[in-house]
Amino acid sequence: MSGAHAHPNYVKIWFWLVILLVISTLGPMLEIPAITLVTAFGIAVVKAFMVAANFMHIKFEKHIIWFMMLMSLTLLGVFFFGVAPDVMQTEGDQWIDCIADNSCVEQRL
Amino acid sequence: MSNRGPVATHRSATGIPSGRLAIWWVVASEIFIFGGLISCFVLFKLNGTPGFEDASQTSVIAGAFNTFVLLTSSLTVVLAHAAIERGDRKKAFNFIWCTFGGGIVFLMVKIYEYSGKIISGHTITENLFWSFYYTMTGLHALHVIGGMAIMALISFDILKGYNFQRVELIGIYWHFVDLVWIFLFPLFYIANF
Repeated sequence: MSGAHAHPNYVKIWFWLVILLVISTLGPMLEIPAITLVTAFGIAVVKAFMVAANFMHIKFEKHIIWFMMLMSLTLLGVFFFGVAPDVMQTEGDQWIDCIADNSCVEQRL
Repeated sequence: MSNRGPVATHRSATGIPSGRLAIWWVVASEIFIFGGLISCFVLFKLNGTPGFEDASQTSVIAGAFNTFVLLTSSLTVVLAHAAIERGDRKKAFNFIWCTFGGGIVFLMVKIYEYSGKIISGHTITENLFWSFYYTMTGLHALHVIGGMAIMALISFDILKGYNFQRVELIGIYWHFVDLVWIFLFPLFYIANF
């Protein structure tokens, strides 16, 4: 069983998660990209942290668990930024737009 | 010969019970699975790949309702954990089955969404957005089904009086499933710009 620690008020946490869900759903309806970014994605990060800290009890866990999660996220960041230039850049001596000229499709077939 | 059970159940190098450490390793590996897919989705979206404007075709109400269902099922599974820590097996059993019910509702909404989309012609091969949509939400739904199967088995164990610690373990897994959906919802349902 988990180590002894005071339980957070789970119903209160759930209530605030639902409020944040409502805000994140209504915010993008204003159709302002900056507000969508903050309300949709910013609130998603806040909600994720609240679930991880209070429901998953990560704030009561030993630090090794924190390190494991941070390492996974860091390596994910390495993957993201590692492949981003390949996906995002459209210039360079070796760059070929095989989607535009359908040569990718022809190679596969 | 010792009859204390498997070595993992009475020895720990980190001070964390082996089962809990193991479920956190599962979560760490799942971060790569879903995080990798989400990263790829974001990369293609930021690159202006055609098709991603189809996020406006998904039902925000269905997505928001499903998010509410999973948040509530996260509440019930953590209440099951709190109940079993107090020794209340019956209450923990009931909360686990409330969580199971939340999973059923989630899957029913997903089936309704999928059938509506497919009838409208939005199949997995239509464009990259719909490929991502079906792959990621489908993989998530498989995780929901797996979690439901395991928590059903655990519920009968605790009723019989053993493996109480597994309620917390399936809870951690279920919260992660909820966490993934918290990120899938804005990506597929409300970020249509």
